[in-house]
Amino acid sequence: MSSPESAGARERPWHELVHHALKSSRVKLVTHVPDRVLAPLIASLSADDFFTVVSPAREEEAVGICTGAWMGGTLGAVLMQTSGMGTLANALASLVVPYQIPLLMIVSERGTLGEYNLGQVMVCRTMRPILDSLGIEHHTLARADEVGFVFERAIQQAVSTQSPVAFILSPLLTGGKVFRH
Amino acid sequence: MPTHDPAVTRGAALVMNRFDLTRRLVSKLHREEAVVAGIGNTNFDLWAAGRRPQNFYMLGSMGLACPIALGVAIAQPGRRVFGVEGDGSILMQLGCLGTIAAAAPKNLAIVIMDNGVYQITGGQETLTARSTDLVAMARGAGIAKAAWAADEADFERRIERALAEDGPWLIGARIDAGPPAAQTERDPAQIRERFMRGLGVRG
Ligand SMILES: Cc1ncc(C[n+]2csc(CCOP(=O)(O)OP(=O)(O)O)c2C)c(N)n1
Repeated sequence: MSSPESAGARERPWHELVHHALKSSRVKLVTHVPDRVLAPLIASLSADDFFTVVSPAREEEAVGICTGAWMGGTLGAVLMQTSGMGTLANALASLVVPYQIPLLMIVSERGTLGEYNLGQVMVCRTMRPILDSLGIEHHTLARADEVGFVFERAIQQAVSTQSPVAFILSPLLTGGKVFRH
Repeated sequence: MPTHDPAVTRGAALVMNRFDLTRRLVSKLHREEAVVAGIGNTNFDLWAAGRRPQNFYMLGSMGLACPIALGVAIAQPGRRVFGVEGDGSILMQLGCLGTIAAAAPKNLAIVIMDNGVYQITGGQETLTARSTDLVAMARGAGIAKAAWAADEADFERRIERALAEDGPWLIGARIDAGPPAAQTERDPAQIRERFMRGLGVRG
């Protein structure tokens, strides 16, 4: 278990910290619909034999796959962009929450802190209200030194309480996507 | 099954009955195979065909029966897994056919119950009533072992092959307008818990 002050956390890139936390939490299945910011994380998870990586066409599919895998004994995570979360209200409300699935959602936050696309800004505004309206716990990660602790503790809690959880990766953590003139 | 499987076209396939086919499917399952059935009538008939702890009944999340079945198949490669889905439902999540083809789980078979309508919402036509051939779409998505069941005997033969040989498989079945044989009890947490026990994940 990492502590907030784990040595070296500040020097390691965020995606290495997330990779490590998923592995130490025995999250063996990773599903994703890509996002520019998530690219290095997707690449490193895909290169690690520990993980089974599936890349479906839609985020809803990823939710279904992780739900089935969980019931079959394998914990899985969905990696997506904010806009992907915007497509998930029905799957979360009619599958994940009522069936008590510890679904792990890792969301690269677009639409804030320098966003240049109004559509991304608007969908970002729906994200936390959707999660809050369903009572789904979410953590916004802004600091590298908190990644290990938040991921490991929240994953443990999700499994123990059979509840989904969302990790929102702020541009403060990842650098985000910047518009270059 | 070779790619040259002399399968019939959708037009030539016999129109069968969902509850009858579901019973035929279940009667072939002797090794605790998992069955995931989609929203509405497919899960109602699975429920009516017998209370197996290895059955999962999806009560919402239209279109996700096949992705859920894929997840189970990935987690438990030693167990055969069936996804049973309606035409209207699979039309909502067609990308999953490509996902299944790419993931290529040897232990997964999909059964599409195609009645050409959204039966449970009042019988409005789906796209398969007009022009869409879901077996052709599955093949186009990369599921080579996809075929229409010509009749009941052919359906059973294809189920037996899916139980014995490497998949992924997709079996299209044209079905009539027969009503579902019962209604599933709607307790999601209990359905999930029973299923996990049925899969040996929970003691
Ligand atoms: C996202 C979503 N849209 C619409 C519905 C309403 N709905 C529930 S079941 C259903 C029809 C399912 O059709 P099909 O899969 O062909 O099964 P059938 O009713 O013919 O057995 C519809 C449209 C829903 N539950 N979810």
